[in-house]
Amino acid sequence: MKIGYYPGCSLLGSSREFDESVRAVCAAIGLELVEVPDWSCCGASSAHVLDHNLALALPAKILAQAEAAGLQEVLAPCAACFNRLASTRAALQNDPEAAAKIAAIIEMPVTGNVRVVNVLEVLDRFKDLIAERTVAPFKHKVACYYGCLLVRPQRVVAFDRAEDPLAMDRLMAAVGGEGIPWNFKTECCGAAFSVTRTDLVARLGGRIVEDAVKRGAEALVVACPMCHSNLDMRRPEINAYLGAEHQLPVLFITQAVGLALGLDPKQLGLHRHLVPFAFAPQPVATA
Amino acid sequence: MSSATHPANSGAPLAAKIRQGLGININHCYQCGKCAAGCPVAGDMDLNSCQALRLLQLRTPETDRKVLSSEGIWLCLTCETCTSRCPQEVGVTKIMDFLRLEAVRRDLAHPKSKDILAFHRAFMDSVRVTGRLYEVGLVADYKARSWHFLKDVLLAPKLFLRGKLPLLPHLIQGRAALQRMFRRTLGNKE
Repeated sequence: MKIGYYPGCSLLGSSREFDESVRAVCAAIGLELVEVPDWSCCGASSAHVLDHNLALALPAKILAQAEAAGLQEVLAPCAACFNRLASTRAALQNDPEAAAKIAAIIEMPVTGNVRVVNVLEVLDRFKDLIAERTVAPFKHKVACYYGCLLVRPQRVVAFDRAEDPLAMDRLMAAVGGEGIPWNFKTECCGAAFSVTRTDLVARLGGRIVEDAVKRGAEALVVACPMCHSNLDMRRPEINAYLGAEHQLPVLFITQAVGLALGLDPKQLGLHRHLVPFAFAPQPVATA
Repeated sequence: MSSATHPANSGAPLAAKIRQGLGININHCYQCGKCAAGCPVAGDMDLNSCQALRLLQLRTPETDRKVLSSEGIWLCLTCETCTSRCPQEVGVTKIMDFLRLEAVRRDLAHPKSKDILAFHRAFMDSVRVTGRLYEVGLVADYKARSWHFLKDVLLAPKLFLRGKLPLLPHLIQGRAALQRMFRRTLGNKE
């Protein structure tokens, strides 16, 4: 089975373990990734602040290249890329006039017919196979953190439930884990301001880490490179804000699934996190 | 009062432009406050989303100006919580995008937008040149633009050791077409 693949810029740099673990897990379940040829940046959280047409043209170019390559469906593991591609696809489909204008800007025909899917949607299709091939059950309580861009706006992303999504919790259950009920599943971590307003990020990320810890999570599981770097790379700022020393690790969903499938932690890039991948000793239950 | 008659105003009220450009009728907002209640940074804003929408409904040059020069529009994280919870389906996030662009266009952007804009411009510069974001270049460019030279210097070696900072950018083949695309959209907005 084949699917188009758009890794996006973060997955080549600061979140390369997401790329590594997506590739490793897809190989393990027999899903072949066909990279969109000569792909460029989707514009992320910056293009739309500077120019409306640029914000549409950048993702449209990627969709056009995928169309030209004959791909039916493109997997975009990065939640920001996924969101940008999906919302551009909707804009192209809903407004043929705008689509024609964008086609002229990118010098390529584009229809928006290629479906854009995120990593949770794709893994969800293979849930039974993943459960079957689980050799090292992930016997830990985790806080599944979906963030903003996978679930909002619902009409555009057409994925899961906007306020209480469950796809990641189901996947964790399939590999023997337990997604705990908690309050910050879809609260924003402040990703766009990681560099410019680190103070805000420390507070927003702090609320997420604190609630996960309080509710007994042993790890945070994410499916977005920006959520990951905010909760992992910005942990010193988060801990300083909370006045705590939380060492709760943050894993990509593909790393958690990969471990359960018995893949090599190094192949999954687990050594690349700033908060070391280790589980705290189980606290004694008091209730 | 008609804002169109006001000499200092650059044309129609923002509400009309929002109607025309985004297809959003600002009058659909009935001020329930759900957008601001769910906004993770509403408490940090001088004008939160609900207040900004109300001012836009008034359609006067003064209220439009107040919205465009507010700091709040620059604190919006584009998390889309407001949009997804609005019972009237007012696309609040899209309006925020529009307001930021308009604030820059009219030279009314709040002084605190400087660093944020510097970051986004550095980001797009990097993409314009190589086709993909080159994170090392982005940070260097942002520092030069914002003068925050010491920000995160201790982080770089940690990232490098973990293989997260490639030393060379990835260059795509279709850079010429991409640069034409930038010229047709951003033009000389820099």
